[in-house]
Amino acid sequence: MSGTALDPRTASPFPMAAHAAVGNSQLRKNVRHATDVIQSKRARVVSEMPDWQALRESGKRIREHTMKYLDSYLLQFEENCGRAGGKVHWARDAAEARKIVVDLARQAIASTPGAANEVIKIKSMTTEEVHLNNEFEAAGIRPFETDLAELIIQLGHDQPSHIVVPALHKNRQQIREIFQREMNLPNLGESPQDLADAARKFLREKFLRVPVAISGANFLIAETGSVCGVESEGNGRMCLTLPNTLITLAGIDKVIPRFQDLEVFLQTLPRSATGERMNPYNSIWTGVHAGDGPQNFHIVLIDNGRTDVLADEEGRQTLHCIRCGACQNACPVYRQTGGHAYGSVYAGPIGAILTPQLQKMDYGESLPYASSLCGACYEVCPVKINIPEVLVHLRNRVVKKKTASVLGILASPEAIAMRAMAFIFLNERRFRAAQRLGRISDQAIAHKDGAGEQWISWLPGILGGWTQVRDLRAMPRQSFREWWEQRSSENNTARVKNDG
Amino acid sequence: MTDNNAARAAILQRIRSANGEKQLQPAAEDWLQIPRNYNRAATHTKLDVQSLLMDRLIDYDAEVERISPLNLKATISRVLSDRNHPRMLVAKGFPKDLLPEDDCLYDDGFSPAELDLFDGILTSSTLAIAQTGTLILQNVSGQGRRASTLVPDFHLCILHSKDVVETVPEAMARLALSAHLPTTFVSGPSATADIEMTRVKGVHGPRFLHVILVED
Repeated sequence: MSGTALDPRTASPFPMAAHAAVGNSQLRKNVRHATDVIQSKRARVVSEMPDWQALRESGKRIREHTMKYLDSYLLQFEENCGRAGGKVHWARDAAEARKIVVDLARQAIASTPGAANEVIKIKSMTTEEVHLNNEFEAAGIRPFETDLAELIIQLGHDQPSHIVVPALHKNRQQIREIFQREMNLPNLGESPQDLADAARKFLREKFLRVPVAISGANFLIAETGSVCGVESEGNGRMCLTLPNTLITLAGIDKVIPRFQDLEVFLQTLPRSATGERMNPYNSIWTGVHAGDGPQNFHIVLIDNGRTDVLADEEGRQTLHCIRCGACQNACPVYRQTGGHAYGSVYAGPIGAILTPQLQKMDYGESLPYASSLCGACYEVCPVKINIPEVLVHLRNRVVKKKTASVLGILASPEAIAMRAMAFIFLNERRFRAAQRLGRISDQAIAHKDGAGEQWISWLPGILGGWTQVRDLRAMPRQSFREWWEQRSSENNTARVKNDG
Repeated sequence: MTDNNAARAAILQRIRSANGEKQLQPAAEDWLQIPRNYNRAATHTKLDVQSLLMDRLIDYDAEVERISPLNLKATISRVLSDRNHPRMLVAKGFPKDLLPEDDCLYDDGFSPAELDLFDGILTSSTLAIAQTGTLILQNVSGQGRRASTLVPDFHLCILHSKDVVETVPEAMARLALSAHLPTTFVSGPSATADIEMTRVKGVHGPRFLHVILVED
């Protein structure tokens, strides 16, 4: 789509962005194919687990418990990681995190004789969230994405559209074009094998040379101070073991209490994310280990709005997310629009609840409406986040925020309509009068179908949004109350007759 | 106060105020109350568990064979000669008496570029999980540092049947005491499905994995 970073503060509202996306039939075809494949693989490996629901419940309870004791688990992680030779940094927001990471990288490069201004990167949505690559480029440091999908995105000056498979909106021909151009390989074939081989060659030289790596994290283990990262390709392991300096950026929500808790998430995450019983590689590292891997390890713990989410009683379950992307694959809205329409690196149902909350409801307020509330996301969530419940809660917050003042109410036709409705519904006489008025006025616009049913296909003014895509039944000629009253009086008359 | 200390204090403060002033029971007690009604123990016989592991590994395109300990040296030698005598790196501490005569060098802290000159790596392993087809490697004698099992294109891995468990929870329980060691879970050769969800074997890690399961 475009090279501008996905930023909820500048993105178009979802309905506009989605309208553009659904007009792109290639994009829709690519997204539908990819999500279909992952969904069927997921269904197969989930169905072979008789204890799946118990794993989901335990996952949810572990995450709930962690959030309740988040401060003490973060401190425990800091202490244990530090004892093992890791250095823990804290960042309140994106700007602070960017500065810490780029400064650390700059120092590491400066202290490595002969090192160029380059870093290698593992796919990390958190680094995307803070737009880390822009900051590197501004500092004259070239960040190389090493995950195949992220490489496709980076070389194609594109943006990620899925948490797990960020380039799922591109097909092989599109990827070949990018690689041909950017790697200078005019004769490159278009089979996935050819393309993966090209990436292997392109990146290997960088893995062997570049002394600084940037990563995200899947889990931080408070009990041991360890970090766990899961991946498929081995680019993660390259970054975690070959460079001399490793800088990890992780949300404060990534902590889990104990090593044993991994036994739940290492079962639910791979099956939910890629439909595998286990992803090819999981790495667990604890600080610095002499003679094995980076001898300088930094980890930056970032808030960036997460504590605001934590403070919302109903919204806080959003932080339980382990970033598997299953909700995206299952979502009938995401499957039509793809990820870019959400204007955030977090797309799909989880993005629709996470993005506006991370933005303190100042931006992304159209996202809670980007859902039919069908509940498919909740069904597949490995930690049972009740996404529809949070969506409704956030819609409520959006309305409350918009109508917090008289000016806000005047500026919102929806709020005026709701107030008017409340006024009418509170009083029986007003309600009956409104019904009569409606019945008279809809005669002007109703038409009859073949079965003699009355329909309205056009409504005036702001109400027109409703009839743009569907017809509305005309009001019945008689309301239930009127029918009931008539029926009672007829019965009474009949009874009087019988009695007589 | 440094920037880092200020940020740390502010974040912790925000967490505490978000969580409210409720009196909580100690975290350890609350953690113990988390329900764990999922399977945490083996449900199959040892032999069935081994067969399940072999099936899973084959499913991942790994090669796997089950042998008696008496044949281990001969099997290693045959596998290497079948692969036309690759230039093999051997993890530190791997038993010398199991190595064939030629083409083997112990890992001596080679640089990444030097590692790239080897065709394969020979190691033992800590554990395997049958249900998921996973091998677990740690930085101990015979398994070595993580880079050595990553850069060469072929991994020959020796696994003892006593180290095969059925489920993930059994594996995590066994790993608990050595959790601080660099640990890698390997489930089949490196792979990607980033292009049209088509599985491609071998992006960056070893493309060929051969497992010798030794019956104890």
